[in-house]
Amino acid sequence: MTELLAARARQVIRTGEGETGIECEKQSVAGSVSQRACTFCGSRVVLYPIADAVHLVHGPIGCAVYTWDIRGALSSGPELHRLSFSTDLRERHVVFGGEQQLEASLVELIERHHPKAAFVYATCIVGVIGDDVSAICRQVSERYGIPVVPVQSEGFQGSKKQGYDAACEALMSLIGTADASDVGPHTVNLLGDFNLAGEIWIITEYLKKMGVEVVANLTGDGRVDDIRKAHGAGLNLVQCSGSTTRLAMQMQAAYGIPFKKISYFGIDDMAAALYAVAEHFKDPEMLQRTRELVSAEIAEILPVIEECRRDLEGKRAAIYVGGAFKAISLVKALRLLGMKTVLAGSQTGTRDDYEYLTELCDPGTVIVDDSNPAELSAFLSEGKADLFIGGVKERPLAYKLGVAFCDHNHERKLPLEGFIGMANFAREVRASVCSPVWQFAPRHQNSEPQTLEV
Amino acid sequence: MLNHTPTEIAERSALRINPAKTCQPIGAMYAALGIHRCLPYSHGSQGCCSYHRSHLTRHFKEPVMAATSAFTEGASVFGGQPNLLEGLKTVFTTYSPDVVAVHTTCLSETIGDDIPQIVGEAKRQEIIPEGKYVIHANTPSYVGSHVVGFANMCTSMATYFAKEVKSPRRRTTDKHQINIVPGFVDPSDMRELRRLAEATGLKVTMFPDTSGVVDTPQTGKHIFYPEGGTTVTELQNLGRGVATMALGWWASRDAAIEVEKKAYVPREILDLPIGIGATDRFLKILKFRGGEITKELERERGQLVDLIVDTQQHFHGKKVAIFGDPDHVLALTEFCRDLGMVPVHVLTGTPGKRFGEEANRILGAKAGNIKFEGDLFTMHQWIKNEPVDLLLGNTYGKHIARAQDIPFVRVGWPILDRVGHSLMPTVGYAGAIRLASRMLDALLDRRDRDAPEHQFELVL
Repeated sequence: MTELLAARARQVIRTGEGETGIECEKQSVAGSVSQRACTFCGSRVVLYPIADAVHLVHGPIGCAVYTWDIRGALSSGPELHRLSFSTDLRERHVVFGGEQQLEASLVELIERHHPKAAFVYATCIVGVIGDDVSAICRQVSERYGIPVVPVQSEGFQGSKKQGYDAACEALMSLIGTADASDVGPHTVNLLGDFNLAGEIWIITEYLKKMGVEVVANLTGDGRVDDIRKAHGAGLNLVQCSGSTTRLAMQMQAAYGIPFKKISYFGIDDMAAALYAVAEHFKDPEMLQRTRELVSAEIAEILPVIEECRRDLEGKRAAIYVGGAFKAISLVKALRLLGMKTVLAGSQTGTRDDYEYLTELCDPGTVIVDDSNPAELSAFLSEGKADLFIGGVKERPLAYKLGVAFCDHNHERKLPLEGFIGMANFAREVRASVCSPVWQFAPRHQNSEPQTLEV
Repeated sequence: MLNHTPTEIAERSALRINPAKTCQPIGAMYAALGIHRCLPYSHGSQGCCSYHRSHLTRHFKEPVMAATSAFTEGASVFGGQPNLLEGLKTVFTTYSPDVVAVHTTCLSETIGDDIPQIVGEAKRQEIIPEGKYVIHANTPSYVGSHVVGFANMCTSMATYFAKEVKSPRRRTTDKHQINIVPGFVDPSDMRELRRLAEATGLKVTMFPDTSGVVDTPQTGKHIFYPEGGTTVTELQNLGRGVATMALGWWASRDAAIEVEKKAYVPREILDLPIGIGATDRFLKILKFRGGEITKELERERGQLVDLIVDTQQHFHGKKVAIFGDPDHVLALTEFCRDLGMVPVHVLTGTPGKRFGEEANRILGAKAGNIKFEGDLFTMHQWIKNEPVDLLLGNTYGKHIARAQDIPFVRVGWPILDRVGHSLMPTVGYAGAIRLASRMLDALLDRRDRDAPEHQFELVL
């Protein structure tokens, strides 16, 4: 077991050893090789999928490059969001200010593309050099009659979580700005789903079969006009709880829209989400339709699950994802495949989520907040994991250790939400865990647990 | 996705669309990985470090280790000194690197952190253990590009480590040692450059050298500091080289000048050895500096020339568009010219008017659109106005290749959607054989695809 950074000791606990009360929601230790990103990143991933808006990154070029088309947030129509727009600030702007550059860029973009709205992301140095982003946005908005929304996402404000809040604020400024009198009662908004690999289309289809209409996607395959009338919906469904719970709470306060925190990953949670919707609308016929939908969908995928389970039974999994809420769904989904979770961690989980996670996991599971490669490698070896579920920076760690991998982040290429998503997940996990390559790269071939090699 | 690009080209003053460059710090991080047992350290917000690690990981398919100062609101107001001091403490107690290579970011540059002063403070507080090193490079994201960041970190390696020589007469030279600054290239290229230079009988000090760091074999272990990288001892002994060969004006020149300034080692500024001409010049200088051109090297060259002779009719007159980093693009432009192709659009995102001058020199009367500090929106517009038969560039070209239905060969950095570049070189004669083959594959696959049935032939 690697030495933990002393300051992080309370950010790791083991279930069943009487330890509770993990420390989380704190700044990363300076000098650690954290897997976390920044505030800008948080804002950008939440707002990015709004496809008929221009997204202008105000700052030096890097922030725009690293977030250019890296996420398969699919659109069924316009694809403006996939282009990379930046003010590309240079030294002279740092000295004399970047406001003119920003204004000229906005004018050019709006005149060329006639977007429904524009989002302007303030990066680290924008505040430091004193640009008044809000004022420029206001002027341009008045001139062209479209919303031009400043997103206060300076990276140094913290981790992605602060960025989620800035994004929610930006969304909140759009919501309620259009007439919603035509929105019916059995309607929902989908919050915190980014339509990776077309997932939101699966969920929308389920809801349609139940008799529920979606008003606005926030934000996967999102459209500005839908978002502007999102306040008319009867219910908010909050999927990626870390990013949009705050928005749901604000909408509840401002417009009286109730919300439910749900998850579309795994059979249990997916079914629970649909039943929650049906129960909310108190419509017996809808409930009946939901029952039929759920049993039909499950019947269809069960053979796949059973087949995969035969190969996966007893295998061990490690999870390190963005938020702890997703980890909870994954633990359950892995159980369905007969797999045991030995590590469950996240970059930015909340205390509530971690507490539930701790209860849910088997004794001896490591629960970790804001981890780093050295720790993760050690946990993988120590827990003799066969599978690692994570994102781009975790993949090569797993592969170097001979551990199978499933991307449950930006880079997933198959939809993992919904019942069909569970079948995709099962297939993908099996494909990696049972790949013939592992005969040449045996897992945990060293009997000694992996330690930090320095 | 690119149906948003209008054909009509209008002057743009402010906006950058679909960039053909990124910021300095990632170049500095990549260069620092080429020092043995070095931990790159990003002095800024934690997102910078995370982005750079992710991006490098996508290109190399390898874990990339780097630490960050994880700036807070307070640091952005009162300066990053406490973060850097704490960060260095954490790094040395937890990760035990031999070298920490600090690079700055737009934020730490704008608030004016003085890195040498803070490192001095770290020394006073005994945060830096005996025999360990902290070096730094200033890499403001709003100046130059990732290539400049790479160059700045290479220069810092010489500044911090090369032993100073008081006068040229005091210099002790190892007549077999040649210093090579390989440029912002893949580990496969660095390996190949070393192989070529060693084949002439010289002893190579290459800095940086990321081979053995970001191209490691699967061993069942995650090794925090893999075995590759230039050692501190090698860097200290740069002054013993007969010359420093800088491969690429943008990425390598400053480092070679620095070694010359410190230790009177003559510099040789060359193009990146991609293609026949540039590789010939690379070997010519190696010969001039004491190497021997062996029969084996002549055979390699002959095989490359033979391949081109066999296939020149397929290349002749084909229009090609080339974009990417300046050293790459200029070398590729020359190679394409030598293959009989016509590079009609040549573009780099990195600033520097020398790029235009060089591209014009290479192409002479055949020069078409040439631009430095350009972006892929411009490249797309050019191609819409004058279509090409082949597109050469990094992964970001794939949108254009699809929109205009052009054969596309991935070369340069980053390549986010294919593998092989880390292991198989583009430089040298062997690299040119591979590159020409891939270009030919792309051209002939297209010809086969588009040929009417009666002209679809078995033998080409």
